[in-house]
Amino acid sequence: MSDYGMRHELPAYLREWQEKIENRARKYGLDFFPQVFEILSFDEMNEVAAYGGFPTRYPHWRWGMEYERLKKTGEYGLSRIYEMVINNNPSVAYLLEGNSLVDQKLVMAHVCGHNDFFKNNFTFKITDQDRRAPESAEDMVVSRKDRVPTRKWIDTFANHAARVRRHMERHGVSPVEEFIDVCLALDNLIDPPGRMLEGRPKVEEPEEPDAIEVPKLKAKSYMDSFINPQEYVDAQRKKLEEEAAKARRFPESPQRDVLKFLIAHAPLERWERDVLEVIREEAYYFWPQAQTKIMNEGWASYWHSRIMTEFALDGNELIDYADRNASVLSSGGGKSINPYKLGVELYRSIEERWDKGQFGKEWEDCDSMEERRHWDRRLGLGRKKVFEVRALHNDVTFIDEFLTPEFCIEHKMFTYAWSNRNDRFEIDTREFRAIKDKLLFKLTNFGQPFIYIEDGNYENRGELFLRHDHQGVDLDLEKARETLRCLFRVWKRPAALATTVDGRATTLRYDGKEHTTRPSPK
Amino acid sequence: MALNIDQDHARFRDIVKGRIRQNLRKYISHGELLGRQGKDTVSIPVPQIDIPQFRFGDKQSGGVGQGKGDQGDPLDGGQEGDANGKGKAGQQEGQHALEVEVTLDDLALILGEELQLPRIEPKGQSKIASDKDKYTGIRRTGPESLRHFKRTFREALKRQIASGTYSASKPIIVPVREDKRFKSWNTAVQPVANAVIVYMMDVSGSMGDEQKEIVRIESFWLDTWLRSQYKGIESVYIIHDAAAREVDRETFFHTRESGGTMISSAYKLCADIIQKRYPADEWNVYPFHFSDGDNWSVDDTLQCINILRDRVLPSSNMFCYGQVESPYGSGQFVKDLREHLGKDERVVTSEIRDKDAIVDSIKAFLGKGR
Repeated sequence: MSDYGMRHELPAYLREWQEKIENRARKYGLDFFPQVFEILSFDEMNEVAAYGGFPTRYPHWRWGMEYERLKKTGEYGLSRIYEMVINNNPSVAYLLEGNSLVDQKLVMAHVCGHNDFFKNNFTFKITDQDRRAPESAEDMVVSRKDRVPTRKWIDTFANHAARVRRHMERHGVSPVEEFIDVCLALDNLIDPPGRMLEGRPKVEEPEEPDAIEVPKLKAKSYMDSFINPQEYVDAQRKKLEEEAAKARRFPESPQRDVLKFLIAHAPLERWERDVLEVIREEAYYFWPQAQTKIMNEGWASYWHSRIMTEFALDGNELIDYADRNASVLSSGGGKSINPYKLGVELYRSIEERWDKGQFGKEWEDCDSMEERRHWDRRLGLGRKKVFEVRALHNDVTFIDEFLTPEFCIEHKMFTYAWSNRNDRFEIDTREFRAIKDKLLFKLTNFGQPFIYIEDGNYENRGELFLRHDHQGVDLDLEKARETLRCLFRVWKRPAALATTVDGRATTLRYDGKEHTTRPSPK
Repeated sequence: MALNIDQDHARFRDIVKGRIRQNLRKYISHGELLGRQGKDTVSIPVPQIDIPQFRFGDKQSGGVGQGKGDQGDPLDGGQEGDANGKGKAGQQEGQHALEVEVTLDDLALILGEELQLPRIEPKGQSKIASDKDKYTGIRRTGPESLRHFKRTFREALKRQIASGTYSASKPIIVPVREDKRFKSWNTAVQPVANAVIVYMMDVSGSMGDEQKEIVRIESFWLDTWLRSQYKGIESVYIIHDAAAREVDRETFFHTRESGGTMISSAYKLCADIIQKRYPADEWNVYPFHFSDGDNWSVDDTLQCINILRDRVLPSSNMFCYGQVESPYGSGQFVKDLREHLGKDERVVTSEIRDKDAIVDSIKAFLGKGR
């Protein structure tokens, strides 16, 4: 038992079930960190949920807002939090006090799935606190079975809270909180792939530029020191060198980790820098979960179904279980895709395809619908394949690789778009390619725009210049302007963002007093 | 049990109150808060309390859904994002406007701070008294839970010294039954300030729905403020055209009569009610009158002024007249009042041209702290 578990230990009958379910899960091949379940009251559950699963976070009004929302919707019976689990070693998960046994069993089974995913999926390696720079591509993806990574994130978040509290005691609550607001406006401007490579020695050193030659007037060698006096040549060289330094870009290449750049180069107070570091750390912690929402929830749902139906379910709990399971996996209809549902169905489809051998060149080349329908090579590779998939993919590659036209038809998927004519969202198409593209687009970079810092000394005026890599969808301009204001607060000099609005290259700029919107210079 | 989150929650509530303060004028002039009123709370929609980020605009992006339907069919209902009850608390906040419940006391406080309203000083001595028990006395008998520790030991010490059983070198004091003293209550008489608000409204043909809306909004805020200043407050509602009658709150705001206007009828009824039910030496009386100022005749206006001067004003803290501009223009009455009673500091008049003027009118009425 870890220290975390001491607060609200499980009663004996639940502990028994925990052991039984965990043993079963291991038998299926799931591999997770030691698990600690805590049982929480309704209010405590809401608190922890408002804190994003953690018992302690830095003080901020946003948690209070979330708490009020959860409490209200909970009290009115609109929503209920069944489970929460933290990617930590040991894994910590919460059960809601007063839930029926079948609910608790369902949650425990579900949590085993999540924790297996946390431990084995490659995107979560970014949360290993003893992570070393990878030496090869394989190193970035594959987890070594025997390695037990350090993930003491509960402690880390508590330390963050202590740091922020200390700053608040020193500098007042309001200034620190307002600065946190500013940081949070920027906390999606991080570079997770870059972070994975952090600490790696640079592969190629840029070549030393040629020595600077000062052009001289032509002269005979004995006249040279008179026509081109040495002092003049030296002065000229110095000037040229200065100009070259100016021409050198800062940063050298566009940077996606805006927060890192700001921490290193913005004129910040010490406490401000520290707060920004805290926000950046936490943003990276949450990033893999956002990257694997479909896979993670799908995986957990896949396993809770199997564990419950094949083992843990008592006959008289069947109806309750079916009801709960249905509400978790309901596809809702309309404008939403339920990640739980999409994920679990994709895993099932993969399992079936690999069991029947519906993959590879032969399958792809087969044009006969009749033959495809009855295709069964009895390979039985399904189980092995889903475990491999859960380790090596994120949502984007998962959809890219395993979403099939048959799947889209079976699950009645469509794309929708805003209709200017009718002033409403309308079903656009049921065409496979379009559905896949749209899904992938939504998922890439977790539906966040790609923003780079291009210049920290724009036009040699010390201004911050960012570029939005426009891929078809405009930014929310109102929000973008507000965000520029936050950038100004950190950088203390004007900040500008180059983007595309209605097909035109546009630069938004905020100079501390007013916002301007201009066509970008070519 | 105290939770960590309580602090964050309190911060959030503070921010919300700040937002309400910033937008108070808007809330007042739009009358958004009426109809959202519970027993002691109002639920207020608070706009834009989220944190901005670079993100995609909504309309261009669209997305993928699941379900029946043909190309071109509209989507409705489902919200983007998690629609189900289960799930981890995400990092993403919801996009809908936030509704926050605020108590009427808090709202009054915000109103007071924002408009810089002075606290009201209840006039005169109030004769209404209430009994209040305070634990200030001492008795020889009582329950153990009320035992007065110090007094008990003092009595024991007294007794021991008197009887010579006390030794300074070995100061052991043992109280016996007779030494015990208990806390006990005394009944104090406390004056209580009571107040009554008399709302009068002209419902003659020229007062349209919009004028009534203005009256409704204004009286909501007047009510909220005065209620925060007095413990027991009562309201009287009077409507009048050519004749006046007392009605309940519901009728007051929703009746539309037609006919002429005899303001004196309302003042007479008001004076009668005050005299009969709310004697001035026991009550703080606040008559408010709203009209479009189109009185029937000059004679009636003179009569109004006489009633006010002789019967209403002497028993009131102040008298407020709000003239609402109607489609038929604004009447003469406010000018008459100012001419005859303008010097009396108990009389406050204000012209309310449109909803935006409500705030200033409230300030004019309540700004005197009477």
